[in-house]
Amino acid sequence: MVSFESLMAEENRAAVEFHDVTYRLDDRPLVSHLHFHVYRGETLVLLGRSGSGKTTTLKLINRLLTPTEGEVRVEGTATVDWDPIRLRRRIGYVIQEVGLFPHFTVERNVGLVPTLEGWAPERVRDRVHRLLRLVGLPPEQFAHRYPHELSGGQRQRVGVARALAADPPLLLMDEPFGALDPLTRLEMQREFHEWQQRLGKTVVFVTHDIQEALFLASRIGLLDEGRLVELGTPAEFLRSSRPEVRAFIQCLRAVPSDDCLSEEKTS
Amino acid sequence: MSFIEFVIRHQREIVHLTEEHLILVGLSMSIALLVGIPLGILITRQPRWRKPVLGFANVVQTIPSLALFGFLIPIPFVGGIGARTAIVALTLYALLPIIRNTYAGIMGIDPAVRQAGLGMGMTDRQLLFQVEIPLALGVILAGVRVATVISVGVATIAAAIGAGGLGVFIFRGVAMVDNQLILAGALPAALLALGIDFALGWIERQLTPQTGMRREMT
Repeated sequence: MVSFESLMAEENRAAVEFHDVTYRLDDRPLVSHLHFHVYRGETLVLLGRSGSGKTTTLKLINRLLTPTEGEVRVEGTATVDWDPIRLRRRIGYVIQEVGLFPHFTVERNVGLVPTLEGWAPERVRDRVHRLLRLVGLPPEQFAHRYPHELSGGQRQRVGVARALAADPPLLLMDEPFGALDPLTRLEMQREFHEWQQRLGKTVVFVTHDIQEALFLASRIGLLDEGRLVELGTPAEFLRSSRPEVRAFIQCLRAVPSDDCLSEEKTS
Repeated sequence: MSFIEFVIRHQREIVHLTEEHLILVGLSMSIALLVGIPLGILITRQPRWRKPVLGFANVVQTIPSLALFGFLIPIPFVGGIGARTAIVALTLYALLPIIRNTYAGIMGIDPAVRQAGLGMGMTDRQLLFQVEIPLALGVILAGVRVATVISVGVATIAAAIGAGGLGVFIFRGVAMVDNQLILAGALPAALLALGIDFALGWIERQLTPQTGMRREMT
């Protein structure tokens, strides 16, 4: 017997809720009947091959897209009832291509949201410098550089710092390390894991890399053709007998099969 | 009589016609900028306006300049003999490079930049003024430069409909088979075009944001 209080507590723990969400583009469903919660402080990794609807799912959270059917709730309020600007400023967003503003210095890039929010310049500066140190870019050395003067890994560090700038409770990460070389990627994954332990943000992380998913996730959701076919902890995921899950686990073998290699190359 | 003597003797008239020429170009370019840049921005926001707007500007640009002056003369209010018609024609002529480059400059920005800006909660206005216009500025200015140089050239023909400018010397020289007269109009007009091209090119380089790669588009 589940009490009303425990149900309420359950609801309060959810930072993001998907209620039977379908999104169609020109009558073609990109995601269908998504129904799951993202709990506060967890790192939910959405895993899936290219075109499985991972990015669409993320964009439904910060209202870059709105559901065709169903409802996405952030902090208990449906995204369509949020002012999109307010909603997005409460959500950190990191994308694979980073998307730094090329005409802004690192400092201005990281300070973007706080500046838009009208923080005092000294406060923005303090915050930016603290974040640059957090992501391993000494501000004395990096604050005044431009994005084109940085390596790919450094750029993505700036991207992460920018997303964290206004201290948003929720972070959306769309294959943030996907374009990095394998060594830099591993380094970033380790550091991200460490930041996450310290900051305790709610994170929804999209990837097609099963290894990354197993390493970072508190729970893994597997998307296949727009449907969530599996959702559970990494341990549960590894034990799953679903064919879609087994196909991904195959990629973990020491010598990757052709399937996995071709999957790595796309997107 | 040498050309130098001729120039000294007609100094006043040359200065006066150069002024007229600059006024024609300056006024028409100002109007073209005020209309063209907003139109260029509009079609980045409203894709369905893109075809009609660019199509119109394109058609205007393909009409030979003398014919365009001719078309405008019989139109009430804008037409008639004189500077007003010339300014309307020059404005129409300048629109295409300005609209096209404004559009191309903004659309040429890395989509990830726009995506990131939107995703972080910038409003459309903030995105436009803080990101898109600054990043597109070099390309937009390249369009303005092309439009201005074209205007300086086309404005010489405006003398044919009584709008004044350096074309007055050229047409008079042609009628009188007087090479010095033709040169007295053609030379300042050419120098004007070169000077403006150089000056705007310099401004363009100063204002192009430091992004590591400079896009070249005209």
